[in-house]
Amino acid sequence: MKIIVAIKQVPVRDSQLRVDASGRWIQEEDLSFEINEPDAYALEEALQLKEKHGGEVVALCAGPLRAAQTIREALAKGADRAIHIEEENLNALDTLGVAHLLAAAVKTENPDLILTGLQSDDLGNGQTGVVLAELLAMPSATIIMDVEKLDGSIRVKRELENGWFQRLTLPLPAVLTIQSGISKLRYATLMGIKKAKTKEIKRLGASDLGAPPQATAVLERLYLPEKLKQTQILEGDAKTAAAKLVEKLKFEARVL
Amino acid sequence: MSGILVIVERTGGAWHRISWEALAAGQRLGDEVNRPVSAALAGEDIDAAVAELAQKRLAKVHAVRHAALKEYTADAFTAAYEQLIRQENPSFILFPHTYQVRDFAPKLATRFNRALISDVTGYHLQQGSPVFVRQLFQGKLNADFRAAGPGPCFVSIQAGAFRADNAQAGTAPVEIFTPNLEKVAQRVIPEQPFRETARAVDLTAAEIIVSVGRGIKDKENIPIVEQLAQALGAELAASRPICDNGWLPMERQVGSSGQTVSPKVYFAIGISGAIQHLVGMKGAKTIVAINKDANAPIFEIADYGIVGDLFEIVPALTEEVKKAKSS
Repeated sequence: MKIIVAIKQVPVRDSQLRVDASGRWIQEEDLSFEINEPDAYALEEALQLKEKHGGEVVALCAGPLRAAQTIREALAKGADRAIHIEEENLNALDTLGVAHLLAAAVKTENPDLILTGLQSDDLGNGQTGVVLAELLAMPSATIIMDVEKLDGSIRVKRELENGWFQRLTLPLPAVLTIQSGISKLRYATLMGIKKAKTKEIKRLGASDLGAPPQATAVLERLYLPEKLKQTQILEGDAKTAAAKLVEKLKFEARVL
Repeated sequence: MSGILVIVERTGGAWHRISWEALAAGQRLGDEVNRPVSAALAGEDIDAAVAELAQKRLAKVHAVRHAALKEYTADAFTAAYEQLIRQENPSFILFPHTYQVRDFAPKLATRFNRALISDVTGYHLQQGSPVFVRQLFQGKLNADFRAAGPGPCFVSIQAGAFRADNAQAGTAPVEIFTPNLEKVAQRVIPEQPFRETARAVDLTAAEIIVSVGRGIKDKENIPIVEQLAQALGAELAASRPICDNGWLPMERQVGSSGQTVSPKVYFAIGISGAIQHLVGMKGAKTIVAINKDANAPIFEIADYGIVGDLFEIVPALTEEVKKAKSS
């Protein structure tokens, strides 16, 4: 089975974020970046499927030059090769534009299966996989917890809300968006890191892929959210703050 | 002037509660931009539900009826709504941001060469046009999004962003819309939904909940919060990563994929406050947050906060609670 995993590089989870001078994005200079967490689970699922059924895992990533680091890490974990759509200004595009680039890069690959995380930790649109499927005229299923390969099709477990699940069967090729936390992520081995250095990374630019459509959803302004409530921050050392909190809960909120 | 279409959802024979919230959002937007608001529901046996929908203040209710819509599939729902939208030509299409909507709405928007503006928490008007607010970076920042270019604007509304009880009553004419689904390939074959295990813990009834997140770092540290829960007589709960790791059972998960709770007090300990968690607990009467990151989004909805090391604060709090209870 030939599996493409679409991964994204995002700021590390606990980053302190500041809005940049344009007012439309964050200051990236001092930040560290890592693989989008749900995409790490999509990669893990792809590697496990390959171990069971054979085939190839290709990491696909649209992002600026710095994303090469995340691509190397995917190769070190076991992806066979990678495609890097190198674009410095992906923020000018919307989900549809990014999916157009991904679809153009995937077309000549003829994969059996495309996996990606259910959403990104930065923009959080949760749409790229579904839009990619539509552009490639493939069926899709979202928030997938488990993939079972059948003959020419796959049977997957989809998460519904409130503790409900559903199994679906999709013909291949298909696109799945993978739920975070469904398995234990592997670490790259030393051997893997060494091997990654010789693995192929194909670099493509928007000029190779055809100009993506103009954004139809435009980010106009990025800002700190207004507080919905006035939070009383209780100061002091642990004991003092704890005592103040109990006092507040007892006499102000009257809930203890 | 073309109107606003609100697509509503039923699951397991009942309304999905965000449907009414999306409807309330649609009615408010309709009043503000002076456009008629209609609603649509897809399914097979939907007459009773449609009759109920017709008791809302709407210009029209579209009953999108077809045998192929009996069970949800992305292919059939996308095709059916695509045909309705091409006929009605609305300017705005609003969805409740449910798991089902996440499964098909991006596909539907793509057919109109549009990107869905998803998981919207509100909007404001700029020169008479709505600018939609979304949360980015796990709720750390907000962003305003404007629709550009020709074609309808597709928007999904986050749970809890609008109040369901603001959906206004009225009477609306019902129009039956029969989509042509004969030529639509049904590629995905769904099976019956199921529940993994019977839910033993009902967090919805708890008056006090102590909930723990990633900040606890290790399974071995769980007893620290357990002791606080015990001192308070509270139920123990967790955010998703804790349950994914198996540190607490899935049935104790609060959030969009777990339970939705509204206790008198909710202690969020080492929980940064990602959107998926907040939608499950923001209805709590009093929210206490303990987190080392003063900028964590949880502090935006907390009534009381302590910024610092939970490994020092939680044991101290347990002691203070015990003292207060015995005095």
